[in-house]
Amino acid sequence: MTAMQPAVGASTSSDMTINLGPQHPSTHGVLRLMVALDGEYVKSCRPVIGYLHRGLERMMAARPYRQSVPFTDRLDYCASLNSNLAISQAIERIGGMAVPERAQYLRVMLCEMNRIASHLIFFGTYAADIGATTAFLYAFRERERLLDLLEAYTGARLTYNWIRPGGVASDMPEGYAQAVCAFLDGFLKELDAYDTLLTKNPIFRVRTEGVGIISPEKAIAHGASGPVLRGSGVNIDLRRTEPYDAYPRMQFDVPVRTEGDCLARYLVRVEEMRQSARIIRQCLREMPEGEHWGKQPKVFRPAAGEAYSRTESPRGELSIYLVSDGTANPVRVRVRGPSFVHLSMLHELVRGVKVADMIAILGSLDTVLGEVDR
Amino acid sequence: MSLPPLRRPAPTRTGFECDRAFVAGQFAAGVAVLVAAIAVASALPRLPWRLVDPALILIGSHPVINALVKALTVTVFVTIHVIFLIWLERKFAGWMQARLGPMHVGWKGALQTIADAVKLLMKEDIIPTRADRVLFVVAPFLTFMPTLLTFMVLPFSETWVAYDFPLGILFVLAVTTNISLGTLAAGWGANNKYSLLGGARACAQVLSYEIPMAVAMLAVVTLEGTMSLTEIVKNQQHGWNIIAHAPVMIPAFLIFMVCGLAELNRTPFDLPEAESELVSGFHTEYSGMRFAFFYLGEFAANFFTAGLAVTLFFGGWMGPWLPAPIWFGIKTIAVVALFMWIKWTVPRLRVDQMMGFCWKLLVPASVVVFCATALWVMVAQP
Repeated sequence: MTAMQPAVGASTSSDMTINLGPQHPSTHGVLRLMVALDGEYVKSCRPVIGYLHRGLERMMAARPYRQSVPFTDRLDYCASLNSNLAISQAIERIGGMAVPERAQYLRVMLCEMNRIASHLIFFGTYAADIGATTAFLYAFRERERLLDLLEAYTGARLTYNWIRPGGVASDMPEGYAQAVCAFLDGFLKELDAYDTLLTKNPIFRVRTEGVGIISPEKAIAHGASGPVLRGSGVNIDLRRTEPYDAYPRMQFDVPVRTEGDCLARYLVRVEEMRQSARIIRQCLREMPEGEHWGKQPKVFRPAAGEAYSRTESPRGELSIYLVSDGTANPVRVRVRGPSFVHLSMLHELVRGVKVADMIAILGSLDTVLGEVDR
Repeated sequence: MSLPPLRRPAPTRTGFECDRAFVAGQFAAGVAVLVAAIAVASALPRLPWRLVDPALILIGSHPVINALVKALTVTVFVTIHVIFLIWLERKFAGWMQARLGPMHVGWKGALQTIADAVKLLMKEDIIPTRADRVLFVVAPFLTFMPTLLTFMVLPFSETWVAYDFPLGILFVLAVTTNISLGTLAAGWGANNKYSLLGGARACAQVLSYEIPMAVAMLAVVTLEGTMSLTEIVKNQQHGWNIIAHAPVMIPAFLIFMVCGLAELNRTPFDLPEAESELVSGFHTEYSGMRFAFFYLGEFAANFFTAGLAVTLFFGGWMGPWLPAPIWFGIKTIAVVALFMWIKWTVPRLRVDQMMGFCWKLLVPASVVVFCATALWVMVAQP
């Protein structure tokens, strides 16, 4: 079967093949779904990816290690800092670099801020997928405030390139902690308002409850991670099970829900925003004085070998694998992204559901095409 | 090394207190908008009639001229009030979504809709090559014409009604059913898969929700003993239906409102044009003036449904001090605002939930309300 043919079973004359995307309001990027419909029912769905393929892994392998950080900004562009962290950790592991304690706290704070921003995008776009346009604008209002804060620190709003091998690019500006705390105070109140607007809405409930159920076995078998896995009742969060940077010293809950439906995944993400706020406060409170930047070799030529770093990005496990042959450039860079894995579950989840449910399921997987296509 | 202090003070930008001032400003703007809305809505029907009256006296009551003048008046009103309604909706949405809405063309963006209409007029007229040309061209008018016709019987006051039809409610029911013909023609004629799905959804939805809506309206007819819309209003002289006959009329009004939302394709019943699923549903392929006609029809139907709710349940043009049409305008805009409030708050239902809600809940409920009204008439009205 070629890529252009949809994976239809016994095709009847009432079937209709429809292309959702690559330009479609609900595919959140350049994803194309070839869907065979029987009336309102989805008979089969075949995601067509690659519209955003840039060959990032190859580009990263073609230049010195430390120059690959900006490329990771373009992986999961909703959570660039988390991608920065993944590559930085891999490079630190392969080169045996140490990260100062203050930098670890700064990293955790930045990653959690970006997690909130990323989950806010999910919240807004998911509401829009379900048909509630107002929640979308509220989420983006809060995200705007958060991006202003990130801009005040890193100078960028989307592609930060700020967490780098050995630490972070610079220490916080003066008065930053107060600004972040002021934001968090207001944000948590707004988050409660979102619950009233969307989470408690009976129409939102009937649209998401019992839709797109992923069993724990299926989630594990597919290699799901992050909120998708925890929405199915599997309590695995790399920040807890394989903690890195300052996470071992952080106190936070890992929200887990057992239902495995779209609502469970949604609720896990909303609760994660609250926990992220908790972590940010702890970071600001407990951050030690010191350097933000570890000692670095001028020429970085790690010994031949390999390194693998696993991080918990807002979407799940984002891992980077590096192979070194002792030269300045890596031999191979491999990105293991959560969106790609989750997208591979889609065709099973949407078989036999209605068109509207398919959109709800796709939205609840929260895929970012920058990381799927790489 | 530490970065210098924040040059742009982040705390004020992240402060939520500025938001309250913003909301207060928006609220003030909203009130101003409502007042303006009432003024315009009540002045618009007044203007043409003043011009028309002497003309009618001069020409005498020649039936053809009479009919033509009335038809023209209604058409002009429908076209012009939609310009205002679209602006109101956008301002209302902006107000609800913590943004401003149109601001640049005219005072607070009041002329934005006119600019948009001019833009639509000047757009290239596109008919897809593989579309069914006849259906494609006719569909916008098929959806708009029934709405236009319904305005003929809508009483703005005792005298300001183009045609005081004794069977007004029957006329409304008969005419509005034809709207689904237009949406189906658009969905089929465009030869687009999204349009087809949207057209099918629209047809199923409008036809289903027509039934409980009609039964709810018949409950009012049972109560009043007349099908004439002016008579129904006159009968409410001693109290609006919704107050005087609250036990049966409040459920009837709720059913009417829900069905009204469905008939108007507004959230939570905006499945026919569900953006995240079907792009724009049945009018995906339309652009320029044909698209504008769909829009025109949609907003005119909005005003009409609200006006009908006011006529049936809220005493129509009745009210103290102010002239009758102004009262009608105030009440109707209030109901329109209610439609907008719902639209910008709730998500969208799924197609099976939409149908199940109608057939499993609304249809039986409307029948119960209808029977209860009959009992109410027998018991409470000797």
